[in-house]
Amino acid sequence: MITPVVKGASSVIAHTPGLVRHGSKPTRETAKNDHLLDEILANLRNYEEAVAYPPNQVFIGNMRPDDLNEYARPWTNVKLTDAERFGPSGEIVPEDEFYGWLKIADEFQLVYLEKTFLLELKEKLTNHPIIQPEDFERLGEGKDIEVIEKALAQGKAEPLHVNGNKLVGYVQTGHDEDPFLTAEIILENLCNKASGIIAMRHVLYSFDVTAEDVDYVFGCDEEAVGDRYQRGGGNIAKSIAEHAACVNATGSDIKAFCCAPAHSVNIAAGLIQAGIYEEIVIIGGGSLAKLGMKFAGNLKHDMPIVEDQMGAIAMIIGKDDGKSPVIRTDSIGKHDISAGSSAQAIYKSLIIKPLERFGRGILDIDKYAVELHNPDVTEPNGNGNVPRTNYRTIAAMAVLRGEMEKAEMNHFENKHGMAGFSPTQGHIASAIPFLGHAREMIMNGDINNAMFVGKGSLFLGKMTNLSDGMSFLIEKNEGVNEP
Amino acid sequence: MLKGKKVFILGERDGVPAPAIAECVNAAGGDVIYKDTSCFV
Repeated sequence: MITPVVKGASSVIAHTPGLVRHGSKPTRETAKNDHLLDEILANLRNYEEAVAYPPNQVFIGNMRPDDLNEYARPWTNVKLTDAERFGPSGEIVPEDEFYGWLKIADEFQLVYLEKTFLLELKEKLTNHPIIQPEDFERLGEGKDIEVIEKALAQGKAEPLHVNGNKLVGYVQTGHDEDPFLTAEIILENLCNKASGIIAMRHVLYSFDVTAEDVDYVFGCDEEAVGDRYQRGGGNIAKSIAEHAACVNATGSDIKAFCCAPAHSVNIAAGLIQAGIYEEIVIIGGGSLAKLGMKFAGNLKHDMPIVEDQMGAIAMIIGKDDGKSPVIRTDSIGKHDISAGSSAQAIYKSLIIKPLERFGRGILDIDKYAVELHNPDVTEPNGNGNVPRTNYRTIAAMAVLRGEMEKAEMNHFENKHGMAGFSPTQGHIASAIPFLGHAREMIMNGDINNAMFVGKGSLFLGKMTNLSDGMSFLIEKNEGVNEP
Repeated sequence: MLKGKKVFILGERDGVPAPAIAECVNAAGGDVIYKDTSCFV
């Protein structure tokens, strides 16, 4: 039997303060309040501040999650002096370059950028490690600002801004009558695709699997690509893989709200173990809709708006290479329909049952990755510290099972968990940002194993009251199945 | 305490979800007239 392993993981941040106004919450609130957009624009971070923000350095892999414990909260007050744009397998993309990626991702001539802006952008992208010669052809020549203003005045386009309020382009509608191909939805889907392309190219650039090796690609995002007859028809996976030279691959999307990445890893591991495919890439692009979702909390506490960025992830799951951490397919946890909705029932399904299958307890796992939302976003908005709540519940279950004393509960997060460091981008934050760290930490001998616990809010779609969850465990590769 | 009372439930996914609260309310004799679960992330 073939053993599935984690061959690589990349994490990318697209820092896009100019797109915050297009997030769902800011769009709705600025429509009600004429002064709000100015207030939002006055409280956005510049690129240097986003790079110097400790959780962002953790997200792209330059720091470990536990390093955050050295800094007092809120982390928006901390400006790292040694922060870098690039991580070992990802980067923090500035907004002007991200608009270039939007144009590169645009197959239907729906994105237009201003001439001078585009010239400067091409110069900036020249030495980027993952840019390809054909990308420059796709960037085209650009339009005069008067043409852009005229197109926006016609009302079927969405503006693109940099540095707060400087107009540099637009995205136009994909169809005159289709409510699912409006400029807003095209922009949302292109943001997902463009950030996914960056993450996918990084993962193939940084690890031992080539684009030609990839057999299959899973999308695990929360976008809904389609038109009036098939809203959510999907396969953003194949759309992204096309731009990453995966010429021997096809793909599909796994839809399960935030826990789609955990579902995807388990399905990919099964396909590898069965010998159907040898190399699979899982991609999760960013969510435009969630930009500025909790801006009010940050403004209320005199903080910059932290949800000014999209996250994107890519992972390679492949056949055993004798060194990469192994996915234990006998340890998959799933939240069954009949399991119940209490936190206890969910964690019993996702953690206790899989561990009991091979005689392990909660404390036998070195690190749990749960919902890793950054508390700088959630706490000011009154939504609590999400990972901390998750860790306290797991710790409480360990106490109930007699695995540890109640007095030790407060140490569980530090020892077996971590601080939240992920952009609050739903599927992006759901356990998976720790995968690259866990892979390195296991291969370095810092930890032996890590469990990933993802949850999804299915009830938000008004089709069921159920929530969902999936988990998986990775551990050290003993090298017994070397190829 | 809840017997015969009409109860309006707002739950939270990473805290206590509405269906779990509803089970407790029903067991205590309450009448759940509305339940909804929020997801704050």
